[in-house]
Amino acid sequence: MSTALRPYAAVVRARFSVLLQYRAAALAGFLTQCWWGGIKVMVLTAFFTATAGAPMTLPQAIDYVWLGQALFTMLPWSGDPDVARMVRTGDVAYERLRPLDTYTFWYSRAVARRTANPALRAVPMLLTAGILFRLVGWSAYALRAPSGVEATLFFILSIALVVALSAAVSVLIDAITVATLSDRGATVLIAPLVIVLSGSLVPLPLFPDWMQPILRNQPFAGLMDTPFRIYSGHLAGGVAVLALGRQAFWVCALVILGRAVMRRVMSRLQTQGG
Amino acid sequence: MSHIIVEDLTKTFRVAERGDGPFGFLRRRKREVHALRSVSFSLREGELLGVIGPNGAGKSTTIKILCGILEPTSGRCEVGGLVPWRERIRHVARIGAVFGQRTQLWWDLPVADSFALLSDVYRVPPTEYRRAFDELVALLDLGRLLTTPVRQLSLGQRMRCEIAASMLHSPRVLFLDEPTIGLDAVAKLAVRDFVRVLNRDRGVTVILTTHDMHDVEALAERVIVIGHGQILADGTLASLRQNVLGERRLRIQFAEDVGDLAIPGTNLRQRSGRSVELSFDPRETPAHTLIAAIAARYDVEDVHVDEPPVDEVVARFYARHELEAR
Repeated sequence: MSTALRPYAAVVRARFSVLLQYRAAALAGFLTQCWWGGIKVMVLTAFFTATAGAPMTLPQAIDYVWLGQALFTMLPWSGDPDVARMVRTGDVAYERLRPLDTYTFWYSRAVARRTANPALRAVPMLLTAGILFRLVGWSAYALRAPSGVEATLFFILSIALVVALSAAVSVLIDAITVATLSDRGATVLIAPLVIVLSGSLVPLPLFPDWMQPILRNQPFAGLMDTPFRIYSGHLAGGVAVLALGRQAFWVCALVILGRAVMRRVMSRLQTQGG
Repeated sequence: MSHIIVEDLTKTFRVAERGDGPFGFLRRRKREVHALRSVSFSLREGELLGVIGPNGAGKSTTIKILCGILEPTSGRCEVGGLVPWRERIRHVARIGAVFGQRTQLWWDLPVADSFALLSDVYRVPPTEYRRAFDELVALLDLGRLLTTPVRQLSLGQRMRCEIAASMLHSPRVLFLDEPTIGLDAVAKLAVRDFVRVLNRDRGVTVILTTHDMHDVEALAERVIVIGHGQILADGTLASLRQNVLGERRLRIQFAEDVGDLAIPGTNLRQRSGRSVELSFDPRETPAHTLIAAIAARYDVEDVHVDEPPVDEVVARFYARHELEAR
């Protein structure tokens, strides 16, 4: 057996020792798991200890879920794979050869990416949850129409702000990718934040009351929570306008931050080769 | 007036290194790498400059600073009156650049689509774009490649497209960083011919880095040798040759068996049977005198006078300056 299996045993040994070297990745993984675990515990706590009425109605929550599934690819949980590849190969230099403001250049690409994918995915999802479900008699679980004319207009405006916000976060990830020479770090750090704090995992209104002020005032709420609650009428009137204002504020803040990071990163750009 | 001015350019990189031991990743050490120590040169409009030097010498760093991609640590640099990294957007609109080991074409798009996209990026007016496009397609023989996705092109075909892509906005300065790397003989000749046309006929200023000394021999009237981040020589290839290895080589095929050869003013390099290779200094012994003297004493079938291969000249120069790839 020894000669027959020897090469395979050697591969296991070599690969094992290589993988053991990724201590930083293991540490990051550990922290990520702690974070997810904490989130789950908090959601369950809220569920089991809820004494007052539910923070949102079941139909509102169902709308929230289906919209979330339809527009999932709008979430900026990773940077541009092209930028990651260019960082690996050094082609990032070519981006600086273009007579363009690099931030706006990459922002434009991010806008395309955050609209093309959802455009493909949203339509079948909305048709399925909105129409097919009713046709087969699952009306109770189906996506409803927007709660009114005002809600529809605000929803459209809010989705436009989602694209702007999502692109801003994407380019920030891109800039960090260039700075750290890898897309791993930024993605590992930002993806869980985006998925949890946007409401994609669990609708934000279902989190404990004491967290609501924090959740309302963080940038990622503007990626899903805001438009979805406007859609179902959970946010309406002055509160909805305020929520749109917060979305717009975070777009500006993240663009300014992204530009600052980009300027710093590009002025210290180091490329391989003599 | 000089078109490109480089004065006292230095570039120091800080490289993070892992510390020793199992927790080395927590203790990063910084090491300074001096990519450029003090580089100065200037170039007139329409000149063609070859930049050579071993790997890690500072060639690409120099080019990248001139292109506005990198900021130098100190020193002055102007291209056509602009400071590349400070006025990057205006500067890069006026230059073209090809990095031999990189691609600027969109991998999944047909070549023509990449070109069209670049013409939008550079805001080239449609009529001007049409003219530049037709001209480049004809000069580089790209006709049959235009509808092919870039991923399916051979390296030689791709490099022709890359060079065309860098010229679509008709820049007056072209930077070529190892444009012939990995190319076969035919593709190399095509690239050289095109660069010659651009430079001689169109007056485009060209800065070319290469490891292929035949590129330099074929194209550049002026050569800069960079090593250890400094300029070690700046002049014609002929003057570099003269300073480093000015000898000539004389290969003789004798028609008869000759015994011990003792020809004054020459050194025996190698010998096998009736064919002999000698080296001599043409300033002391002119070739024609030498050949006449030999022909008078022996029955000679064929003679051949050569300069040492340019690779040997450069290798000798590198050795003299203790240049090795880092």
